[in-house]
Amino acid sequence: MIPALFEVTEVSRDNEVTFSLEARSKNGVPFHFRPGQFNMLYAFGKGEIPISISGKPYTDHTVIHTVQNVGAVSRALTELRPGDSFGLRGPFGRGWPVEKALGGDLLLMAGGLGLAPLRPVIYEVLHSRSSFGRVILLYGARSLERLVFGEELKQWQDGHDLEVFVTLDIADPEWNGHVGVVTSLCRTAAQLIDASNATAFICGPPIMMRFSMRELLGLGVQPARCFVSLERNMQCGVGHCGHCQYGPLFLCKDGPVIDCEGLLPWLKVKEL
Amino acid sequence: MRALAKDNLSLLIQALREEGYEVLGPRMGEGAIIYGPLDSAEELPRGWIEEQEAGRYRLKRDPANRYFAFTLGPQSWKKYLHPPNLCLYKTKKTDQGLEFKSESWHKKQAFLGVRACEMEAILKQDRVFLEQLHPDKPYQERRESVFLVGVNCSRAGGACFCVSTETGPTLKSGDDITLTELEEIFLLEARSARGRAVLGRLPTEEASSHALSEAARQEEHVCRQMGRTLDTEGLAELLKNNLNHPRWKDVGDRCLTCGNCTMVCPTCFCFSVEEMTDLAGLESQRVRQWDSCFSEQFTLTSGNSQRSSAEARYRQWMTHKLATWHDQFDESGCVGCGRCIVWCPVGIDITEEAAVIREKDGASHANS
Ligand SMILES: Cc1cc2nc3c(=O)[nH]c(=O)nc-3n(C[C@H](O)[C@H](O)[C@H](O)COP(=O)(O)OP(=O)(O)OC[C@H]3O[C@@H](n4cnc5c(N)ncnc54)[C@H](O)[C@@H]3O)c2cc1C
Ligand code: SF4
Ligand code: SF4
Ligand code: FES
Repeated sequence: MIPALFEVTEVSRDNEVTFSLEARSKNGVPFHFRPGQFNMLYAFGKGEIPISISGKPYTDHTVIHTVQNVGAVSRALTELRPGDSFGLRGPFGRGWPVEKALGGDLLLMAGGLGLAPLRPVIYEVLHSRSSFGRVILLYGARSLERLVFGEELKQWQDGHDLEVFVTLDIADPEWNGHVGVVTSLCRTAAQLIDASNATAFICGPPIMMRFSMRELLGLGVQPARCFVSLERNMQCGVGHCGHCQYGPLFLCKDGPVIDCEGLLPWLKVKEL
Repeated sequence: MRALAKDNLSLLIQALREEGYEVLGPRMGEGAIIYGPLDSAEELPRGWIEEQEAGRYRLKRDPANRYFAFTLGPQSWKKYLHPPNLCLYKTKKTDQGLEFKSESWHKKQAFLGVRACEMEAILKQDRVFLEQLHPDKPYQERRESVFLVGVNCSRAGGACFCVSTETGPTLKSGDDITLTELEEIFLLEARSARGRAVLGRLPTEEASSHALSEAARQEEHVCRQMGRTLDTEGLAELLKNNLNHPRWKDVGDRCLTCGNCTMVCPTCFCFSVEEMTDLAGLESQRVRQWDSCFSEQFTLTSGNSQRSSAEARYRQWMTHKLATWHDQFDESGCVGCGRCIVWCPVGIDITEEAAVIREKDGASHANS
């Protein structure tokens, strides 16, 4: 599958190693996606990697990706500037089942860059706010330098549509908020909602997701209404290359968002 | 059913060539029977058979001097339909940014000598690459233009178990013409319109009832001769219930994680895509290459391999073939060709590993 050609229209810096790239299709084709889906982004001479779509759904002509520089391809992507081109294949995968949360409470838990694939959910909630009950965001970052979308977090905190709790793993003199891992916020959140009727979406590093899942299920969230976005090596994005397999799942097409009920038997197996 | 004199086999190759096909088939090479271009029936490894056992393959002469008495070599037809190395597209830097270009496939190829298990393997790869939301174009182009001449086996190899997997020894569907080699003649059956067109160009006659009963006896003989068996009853569930079985550690200690089994397996489809840039840095290619779940990098994320032990990688391979393939494609991923057994340098035998787990169903690692 040949990528479509995209052009960067705007770059913003989220932290020292993370940049958000806004882009549009060179041949003017509108781009639609569902929150939680990802694209395969191609950087000339470097390669192609899976990156979640982090911007507003239904904006038609632009698409935003938030990329952390960890290696060859991600670095090349973060070095793109307005006017530069890259290749895009997608959108791929099954995203967050936002419709399952309609009429009920929604709990979002993000660790680090895990906030990127959840941000479109927040936009969607804000877009039709009255369709949801209480919406809570628990967000944890390693340090103040690693926090992403700081401005927006503040806006959401100041508004009345979301209840936002942010925590840092490491204390910082410039930080007067909560310190501790994100799971330490679960109890607070559980007091605000009816856990047994809530929908939960979790995205972050593997360990964070494992503990968050355990914590939320312990607090009464139904496994069938608790969703995580899993990460695996992905070479194709469309179910052909085999790399993203996790038990019976091809995470690129059956995921990356998976419900915990289906996952529970597999989570007990090491090195699956 | 039609009968063709043995001496006229070359006419089939000729007819295919006249229809514009490049004919590919079994020939001697690299100390084994491998697939390559065929100009005439003379090039077939007539009169050769193999001795095949776990970790062992040896060619020897067969006095019966049949065209197709041998069974399977290390290569399968996937080397043509899903080539081990394939440029997906080229990228050039231009004033407009980047330009992507891919080449279409225009060749017409005919495979001569597709065994029943091989046909089933092709049908399994069809499900992987074609019966998808996003069909794979390179595979699709090759698959749609290929002409398949099937051959029913007249002998089973030492590692064959297609009777257990219900994928042979007789072709059921999918090929264009099926050949059955008998003592004196070939039986030919056309199964598609283009198969009928090619068959119509050959000097055949109606097969005698004597020939048909010889073919039936031959099939029975092959079934009785299977080198191995695999008990498939409830196998998928059995394996999924035994992911912590001590046998995985045992086989992991023997396995070299060389990946030979995945290269020779006709259903294994995994690949990686690499970026290859020219020296001047102006042009680049995305090259797809076969990859193997036995490699440590296969599952690299966040700086770690998700399957760092040999045990986990062997378990992934075998449970994918025999268990999770059912979840993904509603069937098993193994066609019982036995190649993984023959070409494993340490003779690991998938049928034996499955049997041991069945025997000690429910056993689990002391530490888990
Ligand atoms: C469905 C999905 C969605 C994703 N969404 C995003 C996203 O929105 N933004 C984003 O920045 N990344 C995202 N990723 C991760 C991203 O794909 C990887 O960071 C990327 O493949 C690394 O490629 P590279 O060439 O830059 O690094 P490589 O050269 O491949 O690796 C360089 C080093 O980084 C390590 N590394 C590889 N992957 C990761 C990782 N995920 N995290 C940390 N270290 C890693 C490597 O092991 C190696 O040590 C997503 C992954 C998946 C599967
Ligand atoms: S797993 Fe082994 S026996 Fe089964 S199809 Fe693959 S190579 Fe053949
Ligand atoms: S099972 Fe045999 S062929 Fe396969 S990776 Fe292990 S040693 Fe190699
Ligand atoms: S990324 Fe290739 S199969 Fe999922």
